Amino acid sequence: MGRTLSEKVWDAHVVRHADGEPDLLYIDLHLVHEVTSPQAFDGLRLAGRQVRRPDLTIATEDHNVPTLDVDKPIADLVSRTQVDTLRKNAKEFGVRIHTLGDPDQGVVHVIGPQLGLTQPGMTVVCGDSHTSTHGAFGAIAFGIGTSEVEHVLATQTLMQARPKTMAVTVDGVLPDGVSAKDLVLALIAQVGTGGGQGYIVEYRGEAIRALSMEARMTICNMSIEWGAKAGMIAPDETTFNYLQDKPHAPQGVDWEAAVEYWKSLATDEDATFDREVVLRAEDIAPFVTWGTNPGQGVPLSANVPSPDDFDNENDKVAAERALEYMGLTAGTPLREVKVDTVFLGSCTNGRIEDLRAAAGVLAGRKVAEGTRMLVVPGSGRVRLQAESEGLDKIFKDAGAEWRGAGCSMCLGMNPDTLAPGERSASTSNRNFEGRQGKGGRTHLVSPLVAAATAVTGTLAAPADLQPIDVAVPENV
Amino acid sequence: MDAFTQHIGTAAPLRRSNVDTDQIIPAEYLKRVTRTGFEDGLFAAWRNDPAFVLNQPEYGGVSVLVAGPDFGTGSSREHAVWALLDYGFRVVVCSRFGDIFRGNSGKAGLLAALVTQDVVEQLWATVEKDPGTKVTVDLEAKTISAGELSAPFEIDDYTRYRLLNGLDDVGITLSHEADIAAYEATRPAFKPATLPAKA
Repeated sequence: MGRTLSEKVWDAHVVRHADGEPDLLYIDLHLVHEVTSPQAFDGLRLAGRQVRRPDLTIATEDHNVPTLDVDKPIADLVSRTQVDTLRKNAKEFGVRIHTLGDPDQGVVHVIGPQLGLTQPGMTVVCGDSHTSTHGAFGAIAFGIGTSEVEHVLATQTLMQARPKTMAVTVDGVLPDGVSAKDLVLALIAQVGTGGGQGYIVEYRGEAIRALSMEARMTICNMSIEWGAKAGMIAPDETTFNYLQDKPHAPQGVDWEAAVEYWKSLATDEDATFDREVVLRAEDIAPFVTWGTNPGQGVPLSANVPSPDDFDNENDKVAAERALEYMGLTAGTPLREVKVDTVFLGSCTNGRIEDLRAAAGVLAGRKVAEGTRMLVVPGSGRVRLQAESEGLDKIFKDAGAEWRGAGCSMCLGMNPDTLAPGERSASTSNRNFEGRQGKGGRTHLVSPLVAAATAVTGTLAAPADLQPIDVAVPENV
Repeated sequence: MDAFTQHIGTAAPLRRSNVDTDQIIPAEYLKRVTRTGFEDGLFAAWRNDPAFVLNQPEYGGVSVLVAGPDFGTGSSREHAVWALLDYGFRVVVCSRFGDIFRGNSGKAGLLAALVTQDVVEQLWATVEKDPGTKVTVDLEAKTISAGELSAPFEIDDYTRYRLLNGLDDVGITLSHEADIAAYEATRPAFKPATLPAKA
């Protein structure tokens, strides 16, 4: 019988298999950042161990770093200590690191792809749950805890039980103004935050094939938000074209050999999945979350739901709590919800295409009075690229703040946070209580909805805006 | 890691679903570079609320947490497990755990006992009626008992074996070093390396 994409990649990485034990899986790329690694390096030191493969390991600083005054020492002493600890550990153990100010510093999941280190058929891990992003290339990529970070540093392997397989097929064509973010938010609202638990998911179908690499990364990034072990998309010409000119892409005969191998990874016609979910792209509209987990979302055109709309008792109680925390009243049209802060950035939507999409809406327009907008590129290189296209000028002319690269307000470990009770429209991935700052209220949205919301000051899509006559730069 | 065979203690009912790891320990508490001292961050936002279960004197000194479905979803932060351990918890009982959280628990010595939602409801009822009820979690027998209730729990065999014996994963894996080296010798030349760096 044929095998699925994930089964082929898994099988190719089994170092040791024994019945009744998890497989020992080889790891091709280990991404490291400052928050989940200090205790792992300490563990190595205590046991007198080395990093087995520094040449398959790369570090950057992203969670803690400020997005202003990046040329000055980090003002928060505890953050500075954590960043300095990573720098010292990288030096001591011979690990390549990209520090503040370097074009390849930034959100760890933006760095791997932009360097061409993330490639099809690989296993990629990081002490961060959004490692699922790299699955967009047809890699098995998942987040791990600090004990496992230490395990990978010491052995370049992980013990892993083989997950089940699931296919999410999206047929048809996404309507205009509907993006990958809307698609994945709609999917999570349908399947629930635990729906993917125990599965490696393969996203497939016409609507997925039509997506750019960056849009595919947005989809795979959010796999963890519905509990999946990993999310993957089979590599194709879009993947190969994206990779071809990246610094670490294979060259010459290696490129030929690699592409031939990558083409063999697609799920066989006679392979079967343990579970299948089918969505119609035409049914999907701009989507927004109203609650405190990513499954609590509805189309932007809908009203805030009522706890009575839910059959399941747990969902009912969760909805009551969420409405109270979010300060929302059931029945309110979402388009009437006023937003204080718009955050454009993160490993979900902080890449160049996301910035272009938002800039296209903001060109010739202004951020509404009383609303602030933060634009945080995913990496130093994304920032430079945006500046070379004049996107920074569009954002600044509109009244948005143009910042340095990092995780920033996605999780508020640096000074970029919401104040208690403040409400955001955010292109990030989690609307958990307090995620963007204690007492902060988050609505997850796409870059297009984020930009339109910045203009109106209430949740909005670009189609809601008055047309303007303005020359929009190329690319946008 | 200490071996875990059986645990007896009192339990706190956490009647909430989807308790993500940001709720277990918010990001602002993750800046420490040490392995201990995370108890202050545990459920930090909720502990300001006098009505929160862990603020009730009758649930002082608890070591078993009985949580609603989808406990430990979200971020991979192992600090969530460390915070629970540092506070004094040894066991979390739930009908569905976030995958990464469950894995981290097994590595750090916190027992994540998977039961049906029905068992969760019965445990909630039991410990709410009498918070002093001793809950016995037996990893050898894979059972959890409290008052009249005795029910099986699930845990994967390998994690159970490691917890029972207090084994260190890295040590086990390094005993297979020859297998790792043999695998490395077969890796294709086109696989990327981070070193030397290319601009």
